[in-house]
Amino acid sequence: MFSNPLIYFVVIPVIMLLGIYLSRNMAQIRTVAVAGSLALLGLSAWLLVDYLGLRAAGADAPMLYRGDWTWFSAMNIKLSVGVDGISIAMLLLSSIILLTGSFASWKINPLPKEFFLWLILLSIGVFGFFISIDLFTMFMFYEVALIPMYLLIGIWGTGRKEYSAMKLTLMLMGGSAFLMLSLIGIYYNAGLHSWNLLEIAQADSIDHTWQMFLFPMAFVGFGVLGAMFPFHTWSPDGHACAPTAVSMLHAGVLMKLGGYGCFRVAIYLMPYAANELAWIFLILTGISVVYGAFSACVQTDLKYINAYSSVSHCGLVLFAILMLNTTAMTGAIMQMLSHGLMTALFFALIGMIYGRTHTRDIRQMGGLMKIMPYLAVCYMIAGFASLGLPGLSGFVAEMTIFVGSFENTHTLNRVFTIIACCSIVITAVYILRVVGKLLLGPVYDKHHEELTDATWWERTSTVTLIICVAAIGCFPNFFANLIRTTFSPEIFKVLGM
Amino acid sequence: MEPIIPILILCLPLLGFLVLGLLGPKMSHKAAGWYGVLSIGTVMVLAYITAITYFFSGAPEFILDGTRLQYVVFNQDWLNFYKDLTIRIGFLLDPISALMLVVITTISFCVHLYSLGYMEGEKGFQRYYAFLQLFSFSMLGLVVATNIFQMYIFWELVGASSYLLIGFYYQRPSAVSASKKAFIVTRFADLGFLIGILILSYYTGTFNFTDLTGSVLANGSSVNNLITPGVVASLKFGGASFMGCSLLTWALVLIFMGGMGKSAMLPLHIWLPDAMEGPTPVSALIHAATMVVAGVYLVARLFPLYLMEEAALLFITVVGAITAFYAAVVACTQVDIKRVLAFSTISQIAFMMVSLGVARPEIHEGLGYMASMFHLFTHAMFKALLFLGAGALIHAVHSNDYTAMGGLRKYMPITHITFLIGCLAIAGIPPFSGFFSKDEILSACYENNFIWGAWMSMVAGLTAFYMFRLYYLIFWWDEPDYGHHKPHDAPWPMSLPLIFLALVSCVAGFIPFGEFVTWNGEPYHIHINWVGVAIPSIVIAVLAIALATFMYRKKNPLPDKVAKATGALWTAAHHRFYWDEIYMFITHKIIFNLICKPIAWFDRHIIDGTMDGLAWCAQRLSITIRPLQSGNVQSYVYVYLFGALLLGGVTAAVVLL
Amino acid sequence: MEIKLLYYLVPSLIMFCCGLYGFLTRKNMIAMLISLELMLNAVDINFTVINRYIFPDSKEGMIFTLFAIAIAAAETALAIAIIINLYRVTKKVETDEASQLKG
Repeated sequence: MFSNPLIYFVVIPVIMLLGIYLSRNMAQIRTVAVAGSLALLGLSAWLLVDYLGLRAAGADAPMLYRGDWTWFSAMNIKLSVGVDGISIAMLLLSSIILLTGSFASWKINPLPKEFFLWLILLSIGVFGFFISIDLFTMFMFYEVALIPMYLLIGIWGTGRKEYSAMKLTLMLMGGSAFLMLSLIGIYYNAGLHSWNLLEIAQADSIDHTWQMFLFPMAFVGFGVLGAMFPFHTWSPDGHACAPTAVSMLHAGVLMKLGGYGCFRVAIYLMPYAANELAWIFLILTGISVVYGAFSACVQTDLKYINAYSSVSHCGLVLFAILMLNTTAMTGAIMQMLSHGLMTALFFALIGMIYGRTHTRDIRQMGGLMKIMPYLAVCYMIAGFASLGLPGLSGFVAEMTIFVGSFENTHTLNRVFTIIACCSIVITAVYILRVVGKLLLGPVYDKHHEELTDATWWERTSTVTLIICVAAIGCFPNFFANLIRTTFSPEIFKVLGM
Repeated sequence: MEPIIPILILCLPLLGFLVLGLLGPKMSHKAAGWYGVLSIGTVMVLAYITAITYFFSGAPEFILDGTRLQYVVFNQDWLNFYKDLTIRIGFLLDPISALMLVVITTISFCVHLYSLGYMEGEKGFQRYYAFLQLFSFSMLGLVVATNIFQMYIFWELVGASSYLLIGFYYQRPSAVSASKKAFIVTRFADLGFLIGILILSYYTGTFNFTDLTGSVLANGSSVNNLITPGVVASLKFGGASFMGCSLLTWALVLIFMGGMGKSAMLPLHIWLPDAMEGPTPVSALIHAATMVVAGVYLVARLFPLYLMEEAALLFITVVGAITAFYAAVVACTQVDIKRVLAFSTISQIAFMMVSLGVARPEIHEGLGYMASMFHLFTHAMFKALLFLGAGALIHAVHSNDYTAMGGLRKYMPITHITFLIGCLAIAGIPPFSGFFSKDEILSACYENNFIWGAWMSMVAGLTAFYMFRLYYLIFWWDEPDYGHHKPHDAPWPMSLPLIFLALVSCVAGFIPFGEFVTWNGEPYHIHINWVGVAIPSIVIAVLAIALATFMYRKKNPLPDKVAKATGALWTAAHHRFYWDEIYMFITHKIIFNLICKPIAWFDRHIIDGTMDGLAWCAQRLSITIRPLQSGNVQSYVYVYLFGALLLGGVTAAVVLL
Repeated sequence: MEIKLLYYLVPSLIMFCCGLYGFLTRKNMIAMLISLELMLNAVDINFTVINRYIFPDSKEGMIFTLFAIAIAAAETALAIAIIINLYRVTKKVETDEASQLKG
């Protein structure tokens, strides 16, 4: 079992849990957290290189590093692992954000030990989800990722934290109820006595009538986590109240679980229904894209702005997945990577600014460029990434999505593609509005003039993220090929593409 | 041609940006400034070498039987979408890109040098140079683009560097809002550009200019002609149409919309006058000479495609003609000298647009195209000269308004002479460069349709009038009280570029431009139609200058009287015909108040309210049924007893009956 | 005179009803406990007599009765302990007044 490298994505966090449990002071906790996340980052980087090597050597299985270990034989539930390019991209993203999140929580207070314990537990869920290809195990890890969120927001949050934590948890739980139903439906209707994704996808044996019933449930179930309109309202409140690292991990990684799940479960297993019903969700996600952007234009709380911007950007992910062609889906995965990184950067910076000014209201701040130039420049870079400046990650992801979406010739798809394109203008409006009010102009509050610029751990966190954002933006073909080559032809067979 | 020089042309400014951006704060002002100047100077030399090689080497990849070819120096895959649809980063060498390389690097070098003096001692000096380098990189990348998506990428980058430079004085709220406005307006235009690219690339299956606009020859070079575009248009688009226009027309008009944004055509012009909030050298570089002509360049780049669609060309002509007139009228009434120049820029770019719009292969072998590029070149030189001159004036009197100036010819002789040369050039007086290029444009207009020609001649007259109005108000008129610090000419780093550009403006008109730049690469021999076009336009210009001299040479009440007499028209022109107010109304009152706010309200109260409402219902329900579970055993027993008796009764009834 | 099954069942029914009535009407926990015991004993009587009259060969009814008596004793001890503790805290043993733990 331990000869499979993937299993270490769960083992390392478990060891970290133990290490943090045994730590006696802040320094030890930090050491364990940083060392562990570095190990995870190293592991995913190694995995990336090794994976590309294997592919180059001719490995053509849909998933590599396969491993199966039964843990409940009556239902044939297994811990099945395996990765393709998409999962590797997601694992890389998660480990980067865990690392930067650890740096961002350098001074977490109170109860640092408990905070890190829950944070690592959450990351076990995330990593487990991305390596699993067994529907049941996948769902289990999904739940493991959701529960700690309640405590992390409820205890270490700010503002109306109990309300937000409860709302977030209940809405996501509501989504996972749908999800559970649809997973059980898939299990019984595929008739294979197997929870394995690949086997179910290859057999494609789910009855079409059942697909029409199960697909919407699975899509909505994951869509709630992907902040799909109208199930997105947990996102602004949840993000606004969550502590920095949790916002980062949640917007950066957890919301990606939604998009990943929609792709990996809903569309991969039920392509027929996906093709038939895509238009409904296309309308919803198309609305998400523009709606989120318009809402962000009038918010005054930095975190709300970013949360609505996430609604818009994550809407674009689901939107692109629903276009059901390779280019748009590649764009969707790239958008997940890109949004994960830049939104983590945003939340990290907002946390740092809030930690200094003790307000997140943009009307109460101004001219921070003069006071804390480093943070302000980083914020500006994040903003540019968000509004899709070439050379940063947002541009390549959005352009791949738009070009791919335009490939789909249905009138409805065309219309919504053009509507989605409009979001690039609205995004520019709200990003520049914030940049103008928050960073530029004269200093609003004289008390802010004594504030200090970033510390070394804050710089580490932001620089890492910025380098990643720029790397995707400057060398997109590497990532695009990594993702594109893993779209197995099976799903497109049904779609006739 | 070896790709090393082109690579250096692109990489040096980028490197400059990174070095100055990252290490700038640790460098002294002097080191940063000179590093920037040297970097762009090297690039300029390399660009000249490239252009000279292209035009004069006679190598078979550049010229074939007298026809200049398009040559792709290198083309690197950057992002692959599907099949052959790939964004590449490359370097396309053809007449217009070689021309633009020369224009951009020359002006950029002048501005770098000039800024050493102009920006001396400013806070953020290194940052300024970093942004200038970023801009130069983006603009060079734009003009050498081998495919339309590369152009779009750098198009966005120049937009961003323009944003950064307009907002250079970031603590000044007006600069912040001007930069924001510039970015958002051009972003809106880019939306059209993007959709146009999507349509075009979907139906043709390629982004490459060489595939879109020309045919590729055996040696890898390609030539612009009407074969491929015709094939593209007929085969790929088929009969597809949308709302009565063919899809190709839609694509081209939408792409032109991008150009309208960058080149400040009506109604997307509103950002350019505000962009004057940036440092003056920046206005000279970005908002007069290079970035704002990107729209013209874009149309020129896709010209063979535009030739396929008469409607798109007509659209360009109409937009250009209206803009030219509008901007010229507004320029007559502005107080801020930089705004006068800004409106003049808008008007002159509109000239180039009209020229492209009226160009047809059958009219003097596409004279309009050549004239447009010629004017682009001469305009870049004399407008940069005028802006840099204005910078010297502002530097001397610390105000942008002509009301603070007057009689400066005595104090600033170099600035005076060079500014006068610029004014003569833009007014179209021979032998200055503007005369020759404007004459070609007017010829092209008259050849196409007399109405366009007459209209543009009128605008040319207005141009001469407002430029000399400005000139007299600055250098003659009445001398205000300058106090102890009499204005004086600027230091040499500032004067040198002025003198150089003035010299160029004097001689540039004699360049046989048609030999170098035509739409299909075949040489065209310029001949000036003295009787039909040149003499009348000189007469118009001289009359306009005479009128300006009469009105503004000495302080007199005549201008005020004219202003009063024209009343509402004057006020409207002074307020730029209320475009800003209209936009304010649309963006703030309609989009912000009627779309954004209701959506935000809807989200908080309806969507979120529904979710909260569900939670509230669940809570109410549990409160309602909670008394049943009172914890009081006796009440349970009552219920139990009742249930047991009921069940017993039912059983008994069933058994008995 | 033959002693019929009914002669046992009627008193046990009366006893059960008394217990039930007491359990429903009394608020005092001790009284409720006593009522509960009455009902239990009525059931015990039923167990034994029905076993004795209807299934004379088997012993299950008897065994269950003994079992029930043992459990009733344990239960009573527990209930009394709770009641005494409650009394120590609140000085009351009425059911409707012991509601401090309700939310």
